[in-house]
Amino acid sequence: MRVAILHSRVRVEERLLVEACEARGMRAELVDVREAVFDLHDGSRWVEYDAVLERSVSQAAGLAAVTVLEGYGVRVVNTSGVIRTCGDKLATSVALVRAGVPTPRTRLAVSEVAALRAVEANGYPAVLKPAVGSWGRLLARVQDRDAAEAVIEHKATLGGPQHSVFYVQEHVEKPGRDLRVFVAGEDVFAGIVRGSEHWITNTARGGRAERLEVTKEIAEISRRAARAVGGGVLAIDLLEHPSRGLLVSEVNHTMEFRNSIGPTGVDIPGRIVEWAVHEAGAVTAGAGA
Amino acid sequence: MTTHVQTTECPECDARVEFSRPPLCGEIARCGDCGVELEVTSASPLAVVVAPPVQEDWGE
Repeated sequence: MRVAILHSRVRVEERLLVEACEARGMRAELVDVREAVFDLHDGSRWVEYDAVLERSVSQAAGLAAVTVLEGYGVRVVNTSGVIRTCGDKLATSVALVRAGVPTPRTRLAVSEVAALRAVEANGYPAVLKPAVGSWGRLLARVQDRDAAEAVIEHKATLGGPQHSVFYVQEHVEKPGRDLRVFVAGEDVFAGIVRGSEHWITNTARGGRAERLEVTKEIAEISRRAARAVGGGVLAIDLLEHPSRGLLVSEVNHTMEFRNSIGPTGVDIPGRIVEWAVHEAGAVTAGAGA
Repeated sequence: MTTHVQTTECPECDARVEFSRPPLCGEIARCGDCGVELEVTSASPLAVVVAPPVQEDWGE
């Protein structure tokens, strides 16, 4: 089996994915999306791969490449539909709400005046997030009207399409931690607890990771969230609301996992590769049907 | 078992940067002296540049 790992930088994760492929007797090729030219009329170079693992750190580049690869008929993990949904917090929230998956109360506004109304409707503290982006960047927790006006004005002054869309979310008073659950299809195979003194608990921001005991309830909400965004191999971020229980805050489609292997003892890169094998097999079987 | 360490210089501060495993093109390393992120642009011969800064759409 031949697998391409489409990347824009080789992090620890991409190295581990190559090793996981090789440990299973598969040929893995690292392909830098920045170097590639995709001829929409000729996918001969790409159809030779049984599967492509999309691992671009740039979501725009990853989505564009996967859109073309799917046009060639190449099986890609994750799909363009999933990337489109998970790469955009608004699209994720819409998918979760539509599927009835519990998620923090979220409002959208596209003007400064309406953004302030959205914040006031949600109540303080509120969180303003960029619709695109990750690693806890540019999140703002506003405690009162003065802070909300300041952040909204800053975003509007920065300009650009991203800052003209105001994604306003309820702040959840989590107990100094959040949960991350790893899912492949319907299989919930690992989970971590991320703790931090800071209200942003992302491990990319210094949050500590420990093994999570995945309960039935955690597994079920994680599966529902994964289904809501289109399925695949995903990391579901959960918050523990003091009265409403588990809420899905985000779904990540090219998750980082280096800090999760040790605490969980799970071969996460191996599970990702096995999912890609499964998906490639599904395509082969489907093609002959 | 001996490990073959490959070295190069940090383009930012000239410090010695070591790779204990064979480097891969596109791999990210950090200079132990100045802390800058480096990207391997050639595995053999080994060459690195200062990695591009994080962009707005980067993430997981």
